Amino acid sequence: MKFITRLWGSSLGKKYLMALSGIALWFFVIGHLLGNLQVFLGPDKINTYAAFLKSQPGLLWGARLGLLAMVALHVSSAISLTNLNRNARPQPYGHPRAPFGSSYASRTMMMSGLIVAAFIIYHLLHYTVQTPAVNLTGVDFSEYQEAVGTTTRHDVYRMIIIGFRHPLVSLFYIVAVGLLSLHLSHGLSSMFQSLGITRWSKTGRDCLARTAGLITFVGYASIPVAVLLGLGKEVVK
Amino acid sequence: MKVRLKVWRQSNPGTPGAFEEHETPDINPNMSFLEMLDVVNEDLASKGQEPIAFDHDCREGICGTCSLVIDGKPHGPHQGVATCQTYMRSFSDGDMITVEPFRAAPFPIIRDLVVDRKAFDRIMQAGGFISVRTGNAPDANAIPVPKIAADLAMDAAQCIGCGACVAACKNASAMLFVSAKVSHLGLLPQGQPERQRRVLAMVEAMDKEGFGACTVTGSCEAVCPKEISLDFISRMNRDYGRSLLQGEPGRKAGASDEA
Ligand code: HEM
Ligand code: FES
Repeated sequence: MKFITRLWGSSLGKKYLMALSGIALWFFVIGHLLGNLQVFLGPDKINTYAAFLKSQPGLLWGARLGLLAMVALHVSSAISLTNLNRNARPQPYGHPRAPFGSSYASRTMMMSGLIVAAFIIYHLLHYTVQTPAVNLTGVDFSEYQEAVGTTTRHDVYRMIIIGFRHPLVSLFYIVAVGLLSLHLSHGLSSMFQSLGITRWSKTGRDCLARTAGLITFVGYASIPVAVLLGLGKEVVK
Repeated sequence: MKVRLKVWRQSNPGTPGAFEEHETPDINPNMSFLEMLDVVNEDLASKGQEPIAFDHDCREGICGTCSLVIDGKPHGPHQGVATCQTYMRSFSDGDMITVEPFRAAPFPIIRDLVVDRKAFDRIMQAGGFISVRTGNAPDANAIPVPKIAADLAMDAAQCIGCGACVAACKNASAMLFVSAKVSHLGLLPQGQPERQRRVLAMVEAMDKEGFGACTVTGSCEAVCPKEISLDFISRMNRDYGRSLLQGEPGRKAGASDEA
């Protein structure tokens, strides 16, 4: 019992939970990116991939529930620690303070995280639940079907192209993945410290985290940018 | 030279404070910041006004008693230097300097610039010690200490417990202080018997005082007059994680925690 109370009840324990859930989410972020990049390989590849995921409901729902649990853990420890931090300095300083070597990303983790969370909700409604009201194009993405042999499957390629051809939607997406990368550029480095891994120097960890953040940004942003520049424009006739 | 001070005045913990402006009498640029305050206080006293209360003791950078947030930075403009070792030649004639107390809920203001840092003492009482046999002093070199451990322990032992890390941290977190103490003792052979109990107890005491958590901004390290490294926080986290998993040695699994 003491294990649980110490894990959730202590500042250090919550940092462990934040770091572990953060890294789990990051693994998903990378896996999801690799899946999405198949859009560059043409409609057949990505539609086959999407159909494959849909054909494995056990895996799909296992992953979804696991991710939901990770987000819940990450966000609840973030909120709890942020409250602790706010209460620790009830009276602010009168003189404006220099950042003393702290990075912009490190000072805005809660904000970047909350905007990413808002984006995740939008993103799920947009492409997973496919709520027509949020895609700003007036069409129902679930109606996009592609015939394969005697059956049909969801035309995910077309959904992505039509979805991102809306500049506002793409802009929100790009800003959100930008903030996610900012979050990761600090988070991935901070995680080593939270987990007590002293193997690499802070400079090395920061460099690693920034590179990973940048790769995440370039990878994700490349899709809406490519669509806005004309990728797949043949699907709109 | 003369400078102008915008200084926090508060007569006791219960009454709200406010900034007050004072012009210093003529001061020597080679005076320390604290000596400058002494001169200001003599001037105030001669005018029948209440002198500015501030903390100080050794005035040679080794005791950790001096504090002050000077123009927004704990211990003033330099790196690796305490307030008592900051000299007026670092400022220019006519400068307006803002002087505030360290601000954190666990460091309540006693008066003006003096804050109560007994929270640190309570954390030390919880686990910042080792057990030794009484009797004759043991031979100094009887216990071999690896050179690397000795050097790292010395780096951690540099901490003078001033609280600048808390004052600088945007979360008012005391992790740099606690981790320096945990590491200093935990790195040495003499500190091994209580190693696991120590980190659990000191972190628990730290949380109980109401300090914030670490978000790894690095501000603490940047203002520390003894340049204690952030790496000690990683070390403390590792010790804490290991102790969490292992429990306290010598205690039977499932035994009551109150025993
Ligand atoms: C895909 C989504 C996300 C990923 C991959 C992610 C990843 C990470 C990682 C790796 C860390 C470092 C853990 C540590 O400091 O030990 C972290 C920290 C943090 N995250 Fe997230 N996060 C995500 C979403 C969020 C959301 C939605 C929030 C907002 C509620 C949030 C708030 C925070 C905060 C406040 C920290 C602590 C920063 C610190 O202590 O330095 N994150 N995140
Ligand atoms: S007065 Fe002792 S360290 Fe400054």
